[in-house]
Amino acid sequence: MNLYGNLKWLFFLIPLSFFSVKSTAQFNDSTVSILDSVVVTGNRTPLEIVPVQKLSGQKLEELSEHSVADAIRYFSGAQLKDYGGIGGLKTVNIRSLGSQHVGVFYDGIEISDAQNGVVDLGRLSLDNISSISLYNGQKSAIFQPAKDYSSASAVYLASQIPSFEDSTNNKYKINLRAGSFGTFNPSILWQHQFNKKLSFTLSGEYLYTKGDYLFTYKKKDSYDTTERRRNDDVRYLRIEGNLYGAIKEGEWKAKLYWYNSQRGYPGAAVRQNPGLFPHEDRQWDNNIFLQGSWKKRLSDFYSLQLSGKYANSYLHYLSDPRLDVSAMHVDNTFRQQEFYLSTAQLFRLLPFWDLDISGDFQYNTLKANLVDFVYPKRYTGLVALASSFDFNRFKLQGSLLGSFVHETTNERKKASKDKQQYTPSIIADYRPFSNQDLHIRAFYKRIFRMPTLNDLYYTFIGNKNLDPEYTTQYDLGFSYAKTFKEQALKRVEGQVDAYFNQVKNKIIAMPTSNQFRWTMINLGYTEIRGLDLSLAADWQLTDSLAVNTRLSYTYQKAQDFTDKSSPYYGGQIPYIPWHSGSFILNGHYKGWSMSYSYIYTGERYSVVANTAENYQRPWYTHDISLSKKLKIKNKDCRFTLEVNNLLNQQYEVVDWYPMPSTNFKTIFSINL
Amino acid sequence: MQVNIKKLFLLLVLATGLLQSCRKDEEVLPPTTTPVTPGSSSAVAGFFLLNEGNMGTNKASLDYFDYATGNYSRNIYGSRNPEIVKELGDVGNDLQIYGDKLYAVINYSNFIEVMDVHTAKHIATIPIPNCRYIAFDKGYAYVSSYAGPVELDPNSRRGYVAKIDTASLTVLDTCVVGYQPEQMVIRDNKLYVANSGGYAIPHYDNTVSVIDLGAFKEEKKIQVAINLLNMAIDSHGDIYVGSRGDYGDTPSDIYVIDKDDKVSAPLGVPVNNMTIAGDSLYIISSAWSNVEASNTISYSIVNTESKKVVADKFITDGTEAKIILPFGIAVNPATKEILVTDVGNYVEPGRLYCFSPEGKLKWDIETGDIPAHIAFTHFQLREAK
Repeated sequence: MNLYGNLKWLFFLIPLSFFSVKSTAQFNDSTVSILDSVVVTGNRTPLEIVPVQKLSGQKLEELSEHSVADAIRYFSGAQLKDYGGIGGLKTVNIRSLGSQHVGVFYDGIEISDAQNGVVDLGRLSLDNISSISLYNGQKSAIFQPAKDYSSASAVYLASQIPSFEDSTNNKYKINLRAGSFGTFNPSILWQHQFNKKLSFTLSGEYLYTKGDYLFTYKKKDSYDTTERRRNDDVRYLRIEGNLYGAIKEGEWKAKLYWYNSQRGYPGAAVRQNPGLFPHEDRQWDNNIFLQGSWKKRLSDFYSLQLSGKYANSYLHYLSDPRLDVSAMHVDNTFRQQEFYLSTAQLFRLLPFWDLDISGDFQYNTLKANLVDFVYPKRYTGLVALASSFDFNRFKLQGSLLGSFVHETTNERKKASKDKQQYTPSIIADYRPFSNQDLHIRAFYKRIFRMPTLNDLYYTFIGNKNLDPEYTTQYDLGFSYAKTFKEQALKRVEGQVDAYFNQVKNKIIAMPTSNQFRWTMINLGYTEIRGLDLSLAADWQLTDSLAVNTRLSYTYQKAQDFTDKSSPYYGGQIPYIPWHSGSFILNGHYKGWSMSYSYIYTGERYSVVANTAENYQRPWYTHDISLSKKLKIKNKDCRFTLEVNNLLNQQYEVVDWYPMPSTNFKTIFSINL
Repeated sequence: MQVNIKKLFLLLVLATGLLQSCRKDEEVLPPTTTPVTPGSSSAVAGFFLLNEGNMGTNKASLDYFDYATGNYSRNIYGSRNPEIVKELGDVGNDLQIYGDKLYAVINYSNFIEVMDVHTAKHIATIPIPNCRYIAFDKGYAYVSSYAGPVELDPNSRRGYVAKIDTASLTVLDTCVVGYQPEQMVIRDNKLYVANSGGYAIPHYDNTVSVIDLGAFKEEKKIQVAINLLNMAIDSHGDIYVGSRGDYGDTPSDIYVIDKDDKVSAPLGVPVNNMTIAGDSLYIISSAWSNVEASNTISYSIVNTESKKVVADKFITDGTEAKIILPFGIAVNPATKEILVTDVGNYVEPGRLYCFSPEGKLKWDIETGDIPAHIAFTHFQLREAK
């Protein structure tokens, strides 16, 4: 047990190249009225005809969340798996398709991880992120790289674009954050304008947190214990530079990103003799990437976009028996590299008819100091053909993605066979009344995820015979928006979608001849029936009091139909609640802002066997933040106080990984 | 306008209050008792079954079967020990009875849980990091552990055996053995320890350590085969050692260490788990094929006199088709009933099958997660006071 146990531990917690993202949200964009900057749900972007949810601007900033993972919890259809604490692994599962089916794009280019197939969203800092959007299916703007068609759902992060309203060519912003768990998190942003066509940003962020917190386990009329989470510290440094260029009928941008971190893993809070044999596992990461894109409308008929990326990610994991005598010695290093190139071409065939042809090439390598490691290299070619028709009240899009994967290993015959897949999607949107912003929309999408390099090649566990894991999505929904004048309620938006998803050939870990040897196989089959609902309203209650509200609700019946002979055939899949939702209320009164947010996750089970032993109670948290804008020596400043988990609920998202109790954060920002 | 705001906040407070109040306290789960067979009288009063539970789930659990009533009770530890924080613990790796105490080796919780065999009430925990198996002799318990002293290279770290006084339940001494020691047997005041070397893949250990229990010193190492796990001793004093092989070219097999510590040729039978009853060595094994993505499973009996396979299956009524992955095996010393546990996919609850000595199914029942280790008791389990 123990040997596999340790491997499994690694397997799930070694994450992930990841990236923490940019710095400092813009808070004093005086050119935009409060109401405009806090719009949340989709459909305001006229081109989008798939379900999209968006958090941006001041509203995002006021959510009092640290990472992208925390913010995504407010989207319907999204379930966050959270191992707790600032450093704990956080991955998102959209509509129960599995976290490896979510593409995460940063300023237009995917943050991918060929080794694990998942991005740890807990490491993507919200510092300087201007918007987060979640798309079901794919972004429906067809002029995009083939990559953008290649995942079942996608999260797009956009960093703050510099803007210079007045005569100055330099802007600075400093953020100082400090709070519970011994957290200190300063960041700085410098925006510079060389000329009207070229600007530059440089940002840096540092975080140190001891990360420890008290947690309680208690059972009625029996035990009641309070313990402290330890070996939960994180420190990271993120430095990011961006260049933005404007050209005639187009633009270009480039980004250099560096993230360096060290953290401890506290382990599952299972029964132990207090004080003995504590977890001491540690991980070091170093990630660098360079990406750029260029886009131009060359004629009325033809537009071209070129993008590229190089990424280099290093991970070192250490479990040292000299620090924890009970531990197996593990001292593993992994290095991933990625080269990525893309061209996208848009042809305007007729005023209502666009055609896109995109071709991407990606090359991934993985090195590891594992025994018998085969050093895989993956070559991926993607070709997308997409077309959209816009007949005013009726819009239709179709796309076909061809994926071609070839892999090599340093030993012949150890490589997985070549894969060639063609997967379609169809999206339609109809507006029945010309004077009403009511849309009926539907989409169908079939896509797959490749087995990760771990699935295929991780020493002993990997299985090169794996096939891709397929998802099929059917969605039917409505969206409605209305703006009012001369009354307190200024605007309402709502969307509701019903969906049916299938995941076939699901890649799952399977014990082989004994518990010491597991392998990955294509076995699982799941079906998901769900409903996503979100409503948002903007209120102007008095001249100086504006309020925004947002409500989301998700119902999911996500069933595992893998094994007909199992007594638990058809059980709800692990950690997917039947009911979940969130509520946000933001208020703005003169220089004051208040944000209240509530998250509810209903009852779930930790295993497909939906038994009393595996039952997970509902949990819900209340977070509030209060901030005040003021001028100090004519500089715009802001003070914020946040209280999270206000009612101090002891809860777990993942069994035996306790979440923090009530915690605080203070923020001071100044614009120079 | 002001009214609106007040209403809004009132609503909020109300909603908050309502939601907060409907969250119930968690309770210690009571056992579930199911009649599985008519009651019978037997020299053996019942047996305990330890479910391992997956690592990190804290779901080691204890079941009990009572022959007098024919009742099977799942998950008896928590309700009998409500004061024990976090129940039985994480990954149960061995279960034995000695005297009037029940010892459960809880691997990932790094201790031995000692209980009253009459009531399954907690008596003590004995902390031993990465503890694996337990054996008893003359008032002492011997526990194998992976966590020996760290030498120059932390990668090659040997294991040890701890000597425990079963009266005071304290560790008296330790003795360093080979790499990642597993099961043990005792013969002529000597402890034989199977060393696996499972952490050092592909450099498995291939020895059995022999500890002189008088001096509690390792006397010698006997070379057997790579990756040793199982150990059993027959009535003639022959010791059977199971090698897991390397899951590749070197197959799993069984070797015999005779009275003069000579090692036999392999018996030619792969093994996952084994147990001896009378002159029969009951063996379960499985071989995984990546191509077919399935296990080939066998249930065989080796005669301990002839050392030959005398039966290539001990389940005779076709029940084996229902067993996904056999894991634990035990034979009732009085009735010779055969107990086989099925761990299924390891994640969902497993199953226990009871066969007559002739291999016909008598009853079966759902267990906890990863049912694995069985200990027969002569004392009927009483209600805890």
